[in-house]
Amino acid sequence: MSECGTCHGCSAAPVVEFPGPLASPKIVALAGPPNSGKTTLFNRLTGLRQKVANFPGVTVEQHTGIAELPDGRGVGIIDLPGIYSLSPQSEDEQVAHDVLTGERPDTPRPEAILLVLDSTNLGRHLMLAAPILALGVPTLIILNMADDLRNRGGHVDTRQLSAQLGAPVALVSARQGEGIDEVFEFLASAMPAPAPMELPVLHDVPKCREWAGRVGSRASYRPPVPPKWTRRLDSVFLHPVAGPLVFAVVVVAVFQTIFYAAVPLMDGLRWLFDVSGKWVASTLPDSIFRSLLVEGVWSGVGSVLVFLPQVLFLFLFIGILEDSGYLARAALIADRTMARVGLQGKSFIPLLSAYACAVPAILSTRTIENKRDRFATILIAPFMTCSARLPVYTLIIAAFLPNRPVLGPFLGVRAAALLGLYVLGFLAAVLTARVLKSSILKSGHTPFLLEMPSYRWPTLRSIGLRLFDRAWVFLRRAGTVILLVTVVLWVMAHLPTVNGKAPAIADSLAGTVGRTIEPVIKPLGFNWKIGIGLITSLAARETIIGTLGAIYGMDPESHQQGLQKALQHDLTPGGAVALLVFFAFAMQCISTIAVVRRETGGWKWPILQFTYMGVLAYAGAFVAAHLIR
Amino acid sequence: MQLSGNNAQPKRAFSTLVDLRRGDAATLDHIDLPGNDARRLMELGFLPGARITAGHSAPGGDPRVFQVDGSEIALRRETARRLKVRLVKTRQTSVGVP
Repeated sequence: MSECGTCHGCSAAPVVEFPGPLASPKIVALAGPPNSGKTTLFNRLTGLRQKVANFPGVTVEQHTGIAELPDGRGVGIIDLPGIYSLSPQSEDEQVAHDVLTGERPDTPRPEAILLVLDSTNLGRHLMLAAPILALGVPTLIILNMADDLRNRGGHVDTRQLSAQLGAPVALVSARQGEGIDEVFEFLASAMPAPAPMELPVLHDVPKCREWAGRVGSRASYRPPVPPKWTRRLDSVFLHPVAGPLVFAVVVVAVFQTIFYAAVPLMDGLRWLFDVSGKWVASTLPDSIFRSLLVEGVWSGVGSVLVFLPQVLFLFLFIGILEDSGYLARAALIADRTMARVGLQGKSFIPLLSAYACAVPAILSTRTIENKRDRFATILIAPFMTCSARLPVYTLIIAAFLPNRPVLGPFLGVRAAALLGLYVLGFLAAVLTARVLKSSILKSGHTPFLLEMPSYRWPTLRSIGLRLFDRAWVFLRRAGTVILLVTVVLWVMAHLPTVNGKAPAIADSLAGTVGRTIEPVIKPLGFNWKIGIGLITSLAARETIIGTLGAIYGMDPESHQQGLQKALQHDLTPGGAVALLVFFAFAMQCISTIAVVRRETGGWKWPILQFTYMGVLAYAGAFVAAHLIR
Repeated sequence: MQLSGNNAQPKRAFSTLVDLRRGDAATLDHIDLPGNDARRLMELGFLPGARITAGHSAPGGDPRVFQVDGSEIALRRETARRLKVRLVKTRQTSVGVP
């Protein structure tokens, strides 16, 4: 596969980038099984000097960073995905294998390997040492979680282990920072190649396990007693009755926080952008440039930044849940329900958070290791009724439905309609998941495996770094695209100029486009004004309200009533329902498209998703418009 | 449990992991799954001869957590059914075992 014709990065061979200049050309790879604390060690070694990207051509996340040695030199570190062995079965393992063997044209072959193993489970984790040492690359074996090992009465003779493996061994606690000096010492040293030792046949798992057991016992390895607290907590968290209750409490807490607690902060940010935008406007002379800056750039960037509190809150929660070990338990409890639609337990939290916003939800699907399950979750997440749909729903429902009770005083017609739209989105997601998982994203019979890590206190450092990391991805990826789109939309709404001034929106480029697409949307009961709204709502769904306000020449905030009247005049009841259905199904969100592109590693999936959701929206709206008159 | 000779109990049906209740222990005999899937399970410690203890489960008993080789791995029923085991002890028959 490495012929020149097919590879993607020929022009510039190694495309792996490091977050800063490398004083020495040393590049070291961090390898280890999942749950070995590899990421904690990576964070400990590199701090904020790290960078997240995808390996080119695949969706495997690539973390690179620079570890600063005591003498000031920097060593480049590539954090590889967690692997159980070097025989590639998954995309993750393929990437790890190719990087370590120097077969990836875009990544320089690492000069040394830091192999991270969980010292509390050395018997099994040592198996990975065999294929790694067989590579003949200088390797430091890092026995992580030394504090756990000690506290629970375990023991290992590192000197003996080093003699058995022919490579240096360091006992480390990445969480506490214990033993990190030894890692730096190794990185600063000449990094000797491992002494050739007798290794087992690599493809024979039982032989490898036997070898690992033998090496361990020669190094007087005594496994620690099972973690007492994990047993105790599991008897509550996985209790047949208490377990689901705790789960429900956690879920409600996550939902409430991202949906309600983030609102004051979001309002605050919105206010800040409003005020600062007005201030900027007041300091500049009236010109087309000022309008572009304030109405295009400022409000465009503002409309993305407003979601930052939700993103941060969600990742704070996910960070705590994942680092503490509860996320695996939550996934276990949710698994049966999610399996009904072909998904798995780990899809639950991302889908739940999609009710707030699909963007952080899609970013959080990283916790799903199975690629097909992850993609299916990403593809259905935008069907969940996100908070941007809410103002649109509220406006249209208020304009067309009287506030009459249906179920006594508890449920009014309007609330019932809103609930119905939530259900509609949910059903679309469930059905889509079923279709995807029984066709293009079928998992086959790959067994579902979920490792239950021991409970641990999450550390501030690790969660802080993750918040920083995710916030940065969100701002950069979603921010740049939405900025571009808002500027384009602004240009469309402000050209061609009439006597040097912006035209009435009906005469603008956007108005022309609206009229051009009118024949297409006419069967749905929409006129060209709604058409313009549909186009501008591509930037973000709620934009349609502002656009319609501009078309009807009124401020939507102060003329909510007027806007409702205008809509009643322009839409039939059938058209109104069609518009609601259209918004429930269509993927009118550039930020989501941008994030899907990033997370799936190309344009294929976002285009498929946009088309599918668009067709569904059109068909659904068409049916609605013809059923209801 | 006695080791049976080759002909003493021919075609004796194995139990599977699904038959284990919480606290039951068993020894893995073989994995009835295609090569790669069996390999992944083996890398996690599900090796022939390994001792497996059933732990907590999700409500309804599926998936269930199994303790094997120092780790706790949750398997769905559909997978657990493919792991053929010999029962070592059940909760009822063994007394005073932690």
